[in-house]
Amino acid sequence: MISSFHRLRSLCAIALLFISALTFACSGQRGGEGEGTGGAVRLQGAGATFPNPLYQKWLSEYGKLNSNVRIDYQSVGSGAGIRQIQEQTVDFGASDAPVKDDDLAKARGGQLLHIPTVLGAVVLTYNLKDVQQPLRFSPDVIADIFLGKIKTWDDARIKADNPGVNLPAAPITVVHRTDGSGTTAVFTDYLSKVSPEWGEKIKSGVSVNWPTGVGAKGNEGVSGQVSQTPNTIGYVELAYAVQTKMPVALIKNKSGNFVAPSLEAVTAAAAESIAATPEDMRVSVTDAAGANAYPIASYTYVLVYKDQKDAAKGKALVDFLWWGIHDGQSFTKDPQYPYAALPAEIVSRAERQLNSITSGGRSVRGAQ
Amino acid sequence: MQNLQPNIPTPATTHGASARAWNWRRTFAPTGNTGDTVFRLALFGAAFFLMLVVLVMIGAMAVNSLPSLRQFGFGFLTSRVWSPISGDFGALPFIYGTIVSSLLALLISVPLSLGIAIFLVEQAPRGVARPVGFLVELLAAIPSVVYGLWGIFVLAPFLREWIEPFLARWFGWLPLFRGNVTGIGLFTGGIILAIMITPIITAVVRDVLAAVPVSQREAALALGATKWETTRVVLNNGAPGIAGAIILGLGRAIGETMAVTMVIGNRAQISASLFEPAYTIASVLANEFTEATGELYLSALIELGLILFLVTFTVNGAARLLVWSVAHRAGGGAVGRA
Repeated sequence: MISSFHRLRSLCAIALLFISALTFACSGQRGGEGEGTGGAVRLQGAGATFPNPLYQKWLSEYGKLNSNVRIDYQSVGSGAGIRQIQEQTVDFGASDAPVKDDDLAKARGGQLLHIPTVLGAVVLTYNLKDVQQPLRFSPDVIADIFLGKIKTWDDARIKADNPGVNLPAAPITVVHRTDGSGTTAVFTDYLSKVSPEWGEKIKSGVSVNWPTGVGAKGNEGVSGQVSQTPNTIGYVELAYAVQTKMPVALIKNKSGNFVAPSLEAVTAAAAESIAATPEDMRVSVTDAAGANAYPIASYTYVLVYKDQKDAAKGKALVDFLWWGIHDGQSFTKDPQYPYAALPAEIVSRAERQLNSITSGGRSVRGAQ
Repeated sequence: MQNLQPNIPTPATTHGASARAWNWRRTFAPTGNTGDTVFRLALFGAAFFLMLVVLVMIGAMAVNSLPSLRQFGFGFLTSRVWSPISGDFGALPFIYGTIVSSLLALLISVPLSLGIAIFLVEQAPRGVARPVGFLVELLAAIPSVVYGLWGIFVLAPFLREWIEPFLARWFGWLPLFRGNVTGIGLFTGGIILAIMITPIITAVVRDVLAAVPVSQREAALALGATKWETTRVVLNNGAPGIAGAIILGLGRAIGETMAVTMVIGNRAQISASLFEPAYTIASVLANEFTEATGELYLSALIELGLILFLVTFTVNGAARLLVWSVAHRAGGGAVGRA
């Protein structure tokens, strides 16, 4: 009997362990709720992967200045970020592309605001062994390459933009992103604007039905595939191309100039588009006019509810974003964070957006 | 060689299904020993928990894929279009890519694994068998993303420079080996899968063969069988276990995600050429789930997950049936039942 009692006891211990593990797992779910003790505020954000390195820098710098606020950001992708802010499981979302109307309508916490934080750009990169100088592309040529209509590198239309360049008589292999991505959204948005055929057949979005080429996952997948396979062409984020020092193409903008991708050229594209930017900031700055504007650029946004349920959290969030669009912009000068800063006019418009955020009917920012 | 098989019932066959059948009363009836009862219920709970998890998963996927099921119905399985922008979704290219890449992997891996395992058990001296066996186990433990990186940076260029041009030149009359040679595509995907599942199949087959009684080999040799004939006796004995090992490998091949995604080209198309890019169900889920917006898009992806579940079930079921029939034909020599 003693031994059976002993056995029973150890079994009970195992069962208890099991149950406590389960309870623990369940209670872990409550982490997102927020307010800690002693007035410290916790904020949760989730969304786009593209600005993640900069946002993490912001969080750590802002955390040093404001020890009573703790902000976490998870780079789960724009789509997941939009879903999570719709469901109100996070305090702010982040997306590379403006949220579409029907997705805005699904937001459970009322009106969602777009706060632009920085700008990014998409560049064309390629692998041609014998080509030293950067290639130059016209918009219609890019579209036809990605439509599969221009099939070889020595096509007359590519040659016309690149006189004197020794282009091989090899087939072009297109490499595109295969995971849903803001990069793809920006690139296809541009192609839709410059090519009626693209706009009709393929359209733009985070993942599209590509007419040709091979798909790779992430910027690192595309750049890996391009750098490993001769005669390929692909698109990656400017920030990624800068860090990996890949060859990038010059692209002809609306004014007819071939522009190299640079942070200044991206900010210029945004500045040129200000007249067309609506008050809610949902705008595409691809194919911008202006002599120095780089044509494949876009804002990246933080998504917040106009009506904040919790006044303390709302104030912490607005203060953080206010800091981000002002002091936070200075980090773009660091070559480690190759994002383009917001034009001054856009900063003041973003200020207006932040000032309009309320909690319980009172302006969050005015309540300091 | 069949007459070499001793027709003695092995323990595995005498423990028939009826003796092992689950009995409600035996599980819940008081035995007079509290400890035993608690123990039995705890075990039952553990087993039930597993079933519950499977059912909850299927249920959740079925419920969440309802919008897509309603919209496309059976056509989802036969449509070749996958266009998130226009809201047209079809699963056929993904099902094709999953099955063909897995079969290609088995085609390469099974003879290779059997060869390695037979060598390790039947031929290799101890000093060779142990380090090689250790290496095989080591290979099985490498994370798949590492295989994928190796695939992009080593395997794909190698196939592009050497193997694919060779195949295109000499076997180009087959539609299988036509088209643009890029090193990225179904062919590379199948080969990386083959490399990944070979260690698993080898390790299991080796254990199965090692479990075949020495007396079998001695009997065969005593009857004047050659080494080759003896090996065939051993293989016959281990057939169900070998089939089990292959199922295990196939299961991993079907569900493998990262490594395949990195080399298969991720294009939703069905092409006769193995050099062309393709797409697997697991890859499309990994690629598109995070950024999928819109109810229909999400539910189409979830339905793909459900299909992957069903494909795995069907393949496993079919393989088990095969094992069962092989086991019966082999006269019940059931070493290492699957």
